[in-house]
Amino acid sequence: MNLDAKIPSGPLEKKWDRYRLEMKLVNPANKRKFDVIVVGSGLAGASAAASLAELGYNVQCFCFQDSPRRAHSIAAQGGINAAKNYTNDGDSIFRLFYDTIKGGDFRAREANVYRLAQVSVNIIDQCVAQGVPFAREYGGLLANRSFGGAQVSRTFYARGQTGQQLLLGAYQALSRQIGLGAVKMYPRTEMLDVVLIDGHAKGVVARNLVTGEISSHAADAVVLATGGYGNVFYLSTNARGCNVTAIYRAFKKGAAFANPCYTQIHPTCIPVSGDHQSKLTLMSESLRNDGRVWVPKSTGDKRPPRQIPESERDYYLERKYPSYGNLAPRDISSRAAKEVCDEGRGVGSGGLGVYLDFADAINRLGQRTIAERYGNLFSMYETITGENAYEVPMRIFPAVHYTMGGLWVDYHLMSTIPGLFVLGEANFSDHGANRLGASALMQGLADGYFVIPYTIGHYFVSAKQAKASTSHPEFKKAEEEVKVRTEKLLSIRGRRTVTSLHRELGKLLWDKCGMARHEAGLKEALRKIPELREEFWRNANVPGENQDFNQALEQAGRVADYMEFAELLCLDALNRRESCGGHFRTEFQTEDGEALRDDQNFAFVSAWEYQGPAKPPALHKEPLVYEEVKMTQRSYK
Amino acid sequence: MNLTLKVWRQKSPNAPGRFITFQADGVIPDMSFLEMLDVVNEGLIEKGEDPIAFDSDCREGICGMCSLVINGVPHGGHKGTATCQLHMRHFKDGDTITIEPWRARAFPIIKDLVVNRWAFDRIIQAGGFISVSTGGAPDANAIPIPKADQDQSMDAAACIGCGACVAACKNASAMLFVAAKVSHLSLLPQGKVERHRRVTNMVKAMDAEGFGACTVTGSCEAVCPKEINLTFIARMNREYLAAWFKGK
Repeated sequence: MNLDAKIPSGPLEKKWDRYRLEMKLVNPANKRKFDVIVVGSGLAGASAAASLAELGYNVQCFCFQDSPRRAHSIAAQGGINAAKNYTNDGDSIFRLFYDTIKGGDFRAREANVYRLAQVSVNIIDQCVAQGVPFAREYGGLLANRSFGGAQVSRTFYARGQTGQQLLLGAYQALSRQIGLGAVKMYPRTEMLDVVLIDGHAKGVVARNLVTGEISSHAADAVVLATGGYGNVFYLSTNARGCNVTAIYRAFKKGAAFANPCYTQIHPTCIPVSGDHQSKLTLMSESLRNDGRVWVPKSTGDKRPPRQIPESERDYYLERKYPSYGNLAPRDISSRAAKEVCDEGRGVGSGGLGVYLDFADAINRLGQRTIAERYGNLFSMYETITGENAYEVPMRIFPAVHYTMGGLWVDYHLMSTIPGLFVLGEANFSDHGANRLGASALMQGLADGYFVIPYTIGHYFVSAKQAKASTSHPEFKKAEEEVKVRTEKLLSIRGRRTVTSLHRELGKLLWDKCGMARHEAGLKEALRKIPELREEFWRNANVPGENQDFNQALEQAGRVADYMEFAELLCLDALNRRESCGGHFRTEFQTEDGEALRDDQNFAFVSAWEYQGPAKPPALHKEPLVYEEVKMTQRSYK
Repeated sequence: MNLTLKVWRQKSPNAPGRFITFQADGVIPDMSFLEMLDVVNEGLIEKGEDPIAFDSDCREGICGMCSLVINGVPHGGHKGTATCQLHMRHFKDGDTITIEPWRARAFPIIKDLVVNRWAFDRIIQAGGFISVSTGGAPDANAIPIPKADQDQSMDAAACIGCGACVAACKNASAMLFVAAKVSHLSLLPQGKVERHRRVTNMVKAMDAEGFGACTVTGSCEAVCPKEINLTFIARMNREYLAAWFKGK
């Protein structure tokens, strides 16, 4: 497998300019001759579908929800980064780039991240032009705030609903193109396979979730913008429907899967309340700007928080990381929370929680200001827990939130399958081993609005591929495989619900491949996952039939993929014998418990290639070469 | 706690539907309403029965996918709360709860509690946007926008497109939904350029979908999980009238 990242030569800050100058262009009149399939309608998918249609390409866009506006980008709360330096506090493209590379623990690809920082400024302009109501100052100009892991205020926000507003902006741009007939939208339709002809991606096979009909769709290129795989852990902050299926099927067709073990555990989520729980709710980490994180100094202190005097509280983030304090990056904050809970100092029932306290901020700024900044988050917290956080501190605990790993892509965002592009959370390239706050929205929109519109045209001109038709035998074959698999799921008729099997898988992963990992645990997981998978195919109970609106069948298909994918995740975690970012191996830590990277041996991207059902995947390595930055040990002290 | 559920079951769009009674035992107050239904569905699957179909995705009150008319009120009637954020602590042991889908001609039932809300998307496609293509946008700070206008625009933009307003309205009117989008965009300078065209096209699309007329009873505002204000409807009417005078 050839892992050529196709990074343009020349100095870092000129690479993207050079690429755009040297790339091949499709004549405006010829664009309508090219068909593009976009799978997913979140920030990356909707912005890509809209932008490609605006250029003149024929676009088909698929989403499993009832409307493209529901994609889970909508749930992002805190904000979006951009190197605008509107606050005059020393930000620049280079600083945003460097913060992102450093935040990712030097495991991201330099050229991609630099481009991300470059186009970040255009994203804000584009969104404002679309009518995204970002917060403003009284003078009428845009407001900014600081966000986890950054020392400048570069985050743009729309109350606590930034993701919603950005997605609605992209959704409206997409809707405009649907209305104009330039995009054909397929809601409630799930992609179940990608079809290759002569080694190039030429279309997809999808299932209509209302009727069960399985259909083929041909195109000149396929763009996957299908999000992350956090739900492999069962409990996560992801929406219920988020899944690995699209990218996992592409993996099985030959696309390399990069760094699956890089998963992000977000520090500020509402703690689990019981076995019935279907998902975890994130509280925006913008709360850490004004909230102070603490636990009691002594173990087993069960007094109500307000009765614990100041001298008996441990503000552990401020103590351990004085310069970043409560704003330390996500991986570090999460691990610190785990440590204090492991010591028996956790709060709330079950002891899996830490306090996030606003008392000081309320005294300093007044309740009104706090309500203006975080009102919706406080009311959300009260809705879920029944507690008023203006009076008692919030309880928070880390939860799976984002997956930095994904399909391997080159500088063009093309996977190892020619013609198969991967955008947003579904690819791997920009966040390394840990993503900084307010960077996911930035990346999704950068890929969709400002990268794919350039790179896809270059592919069309240079690949010179013949048009594909759905009558090609490869489509028939893929359709047949999907049908057989669906029938197989429905014919098990076992005794265990798919949910219970998924929950068991998730618990195993959380315990063995969650915030802290070690060799013995990972080996145990790798032994148990195949057993669980075997039980799934022998004993799962998938009711109903295919020719129907069958949500249990949808879920079963996704969980079946998790049962395979989980093994890849653990294998990658086992193979990476170092700690970096969100991947913390307990065997590899510094004396004071920080992640111990091994740049000598592990400064590479792990790209896994599928070898067939009975064989372990093959590992390929893309060395991470830094031309501009020097790898250092991250310090937030 | 133990509850009795009367749930609307309907196999397909054209099949007749009816209420079926289920027992939900051992419900925990910390569960969300949908988690309670998850548990009921687990039980149904174990018994080899067809689980109750209902929509949900984010389960944190922002995607707008969940619906359900609970005891006659869309989203269950807790101020500013979508069904997925409604928790069982608001119910009592022994309660009987009726659960129905959104009912409106423009939202045909797909199965059980799931409806088709594509009519909303078609209204947006008719004009619920600012016609800018990617690239070439001026600097984001080029146009100062008064904070008050921005705040009001954001109030309207908070709509999650769930359709509770339609389900609550005796006429199944979509005025609050459409007004929220019209107001969001026309309050901003960027959106003023095509304001007349926008409101005209969106209202036309709304009428074509078969949504009913507005008689300003305010039931939409009362059930809106994002508490979208009724005055946006007045704003849309002004916009519409202005467009009519301009002959757009």
